[in-house]
Amino acid sequence: MQMAESRVHSQVEENLYHVFGQALFTAQPCADSVLTLWVHRDRLFEVLQYLKPKFSMLYDLFAIDERTRVYREGQPASDFTVTYHLLSLDRNDDMRIKVALTESSLNLPTITSLWPNANWYEREVWDMFGILFAGHPNLYRILLPPTWEGHALRKDHPARATEMAEFEMGPERVAKEQEALRFRPEQWGMKKASDDSEYMFLNLGPNHPSVHGVFRVALQLDGEVIVDSVPDIGYHHRGAEKMGERQTWHTFIPYTDRIDYLGGVMNNLAYIQSVEMLAGIQVPERAKIIRIMLAELFRISSHLVFYGTFVQDVGQMSPVFYMFADREKLFGIVEAITGGRMHPAWFRIGGVAQDLPNGWEQIIRDFIDYLPARLDHYDKMAMQNKMLKERTVGIGVYTQQEALDWGITGPGLRATGIDWDVRKKRPYGGYDQFEFDVPTSNNGDCYDRAQLRIEEMRQSLRIIRQCLDNMPGGAYKSDHPQTTPPPKERTMKDIETLIHHFLNVSWGPVIPQGEASVMIEATKGINSYHLISDGGTNSYRTRIRTPSFPHLQQIPLISKGLMIPDLIAIIASIDFVMADVDR
Amino acid sequence: MSELIPVLLALIILIGGVIVAAVLTWFERRLLGVWQDRYGPNRLGPLGIGQVLADMIKLLFKDDWVPPFADKVVFIFAPTAIVVAMMMGFAVVPFAPGMMIIDVNIGLLFFLGMTSLAVYSVLLGGLASNNKYALLGGLRSAAQMVSYEVFMGLSLMGVVMMSGSFSLVAIVEAQTDLWFCFSQILGLIVFVIAGIAESHRLPFDLPEAEHELTAGFHTEYGGMKFAMFMLGEYLGLMLISCMIVTLFFGGWHGPALIGHWLPPLFWFGFKVFFVICFFVLLRAAIPRPRYDQLMSLGWKVMLPITLINLVITGAVLLWMEGAG
Repeated sequence: MQMAESRVHSQVEENLYHVFGQALFTAQPCADSVLTLWVHRDRLFEVLQYLKPKFSMLYDLFAIDERTRVYREGQPASDFTVTYHLLSLDRNDDMRIKVALTESSLNLPTITSLWPNANWYEREVWDMFGILFAGHPNLYRILLPPTWEGHALRKDHPARATEMAEFEMGPERVAKEQEALRFRPEQWGMKKASDDSEYMFLNLGPNHPSVHGVFRVALQLDGEVIVDSVPDIGYHHRGAEKMGERQTWHTFIPYTDRIDYLGGVMNNLAYIQSVEMLAGIQVPERAKIIRIMLAELFRISSHLVFYGTFVQDVGQMSPVFYMFADREKLFGIVEAITGGRMHPAWFRIGGVAQDLPNGWEQIIRDFIDYLPARLDHYDKMAMQNKMLKERTVGIGVYTQQEALDWGITGPGLRATGIDWDVRKKRPYGGYDQFEFDVPTSNNGDCYDRAQLRIEEMRQSLRIIRQCLDNMPGGAYKSDHPQTTPPPKERTMKDIETLIHHFLNVSWGPVIPQGEASVMIEATKGINSYHLISDGGTNSYRTRIRTPSFPHLQQIPLISKGLMIPDLIAIIASIDFVMADVDR
Repeated sequence: MSELIPVLLALIILIGGVIVAAVLTWFERRLLGVWQDRYGPNRLGPLGIGQVLADMIKLLFKDDWVPPFADKVVFIFAPTAIVVAMMMGFAVVPFAPGMMIIDVNIGLLFFLGMTSLAVYSVLLGGLASNNKYALLGGLRSAAQMVSYEVFMGLSLMGVVMMSGSFSLVAIVEAQTDLWFCFSQILGLIVFVIAGIAESHRLPFDLPEAEHELTAGFHTEYGGMKFAMFMLGEYLGLMLISCMIVTLFFGGWHGPALIGHWLPPLFWFGFKVFFVICFFVLLRAAIPRPRYDQLMSLGWKVMLPITLINLVITGAVLLWMEGAG
């Protein structure tokens, strides 16, 4: 697998060298062995344009403030670096293009014409780093309030309220902030009236029963028909990436639980695997299987919430209560194993926090024997319901090409017929040992997206049953020195282990310098943490690529010409949580 | 003395209606709770019935606020309209032989008229709020009610043809041998569906559709004015249930054989209770159609059904007349 990948890599690399000349590029070795090439700014657009047919998806786009970074050996001089992470689904290959910028000239050409989902990513980079993208259609702040001063992810921007001036919210400030939030159609190039009628602009959210958190969509309506819409995010932004730069590698784990707050330990998995890759930690077999089992339990939990709220949003009142009752049972299991419920923060660098408790087999077996019959019941109650079908079949359709263009991953992508599941394509953390199917369907509408998630729950049950039947023995934590907290058994017997334990607990582990990201198939799509270590006890840059961010960006495209109830069905079928979007 | 009975009855209905509607809110929540594997309000008093009182006190003491941007007069008038109209509707309901406020020979038309008036409440509430969600809710209800009014009236014409009268007492008496729910099954189906649409409850709660329009036409309402809307809704539910029983399930008549064991009022109440339970559980079970789907269901399915029903009923009646 590794061999095959590096061969494909060099093919793309060689082609690039052949077309543009090798002198243009600087290769940077990364811990995750993803091909990473530095390109000069002037040729960036050309290079990306050349790469576009080879990489169908812009997986991620983010910046790095390099000004205080120590270990930059072999990398071109740079104050701010913008990274384009490209993904090819058919070749199962990805690469990063990096471009160096100096503080005095922070601008780049926009690539929204190549990959439309670059739009929000570029806005985020502008918002967080103050890098301008020439030709961008609406380069406004996206996560921070429009009145914010400074660019939050710059190293010289304060990270804590205590480092800033006292916060006041007097009447003047309130008026100013509210005025800044007023929706101005002209700003988005919207007309106020057509030839024969005046449009109504409806502000749906940020507080609305069906937007699943604090999410706002400004709608341009002709009667009840949606002419155009502008999603507005950032109300749930907590600066998780900034926090990642302050917390130690170990103490950041609980923050990850709250990124996709329905995904629980699934978030830990994405983060921890990147850290382990940087540190070169091999996780023992038992820990791997425990992790997979917990992650799949959380996938079911998240999908149950999706199922209930999806059905509720199309107006069926009862099912959500049944699904939450089932989820409650599931949380009982999670609680028995981890002690936590929604946010257990239970995975550790090098393993998991504890071994499984006595009697865990029985509670899990009871649950996986119980759920399939319930799912069949729900199917009859909800998914077979004719009214529900009429509300969701053929609504919110997008094609394969649109899904790729907009960076859609997870069930939303598979509903268009693309059979791409990271667990199958790049088995991480031990998924290669499991038998399960990746459901796909071809309509790409709301109904199919829901149907796939329900089928995924059944597949997750299969995986959990395999975990149950084949749980290996052995350690639940690696004996690697950077495992945190380190195994304690021998700390009082030899000085070496004592020192490791003391340092890893008090300071936290020192992770070798480098860069890595590991994709995982999270509950809502592909999630990964691009971590940059500068050889310290905390991360130099934590980039959290979440699936929900691009998914929301696509809403205007798929809701055009539909009615408000359809928009609600679409929002429900996307399955997002705002914490996952805003971070 | 006999002139006093209707007055007394009117008073009882006026006060009883409000109380029953209040208890109904509690009953609905408990019943939904049973259906949905949860408890519902069960803390206050036996079985949580004290919740009714607590809710009333809360609503009474809420700040009586009128949004500064609303049309004040209409805004205040709107919630009263629905309560008044629904209360008036009860005037013609025959609870038991002789137990009704007034037996007019156009009782059925009076009922239809009153339920139509209730539409104004929703419309005006939506309009006067000067809120976009409320406006959309008002628009939806206008379209919904206007179309469902048509089928509601037409679906009852079969009953009128069979009993030969618009008087509700005559209609009940015509069902002594056979309830109209058998002979007028099509009419019943259409009337039930139109009835839900009229009382705008889920699945036809499009004017308020909380998942789409937050609270639709009553988004801006709070406190007692909101309570009036809710009271109107529950009164509407009761009225429709009473009418279903009166028109299709033999009114105060008990079932054959065991009917005379218990008083007529009991049978009427029992049947109404049954219909209300049905409405509550229907609310729990069915998703909400989209607004245009509701319209096309009305005009493309319900209207033909009612017309077919009319033609068949008429033909059968004529044939029987000829045969007899």
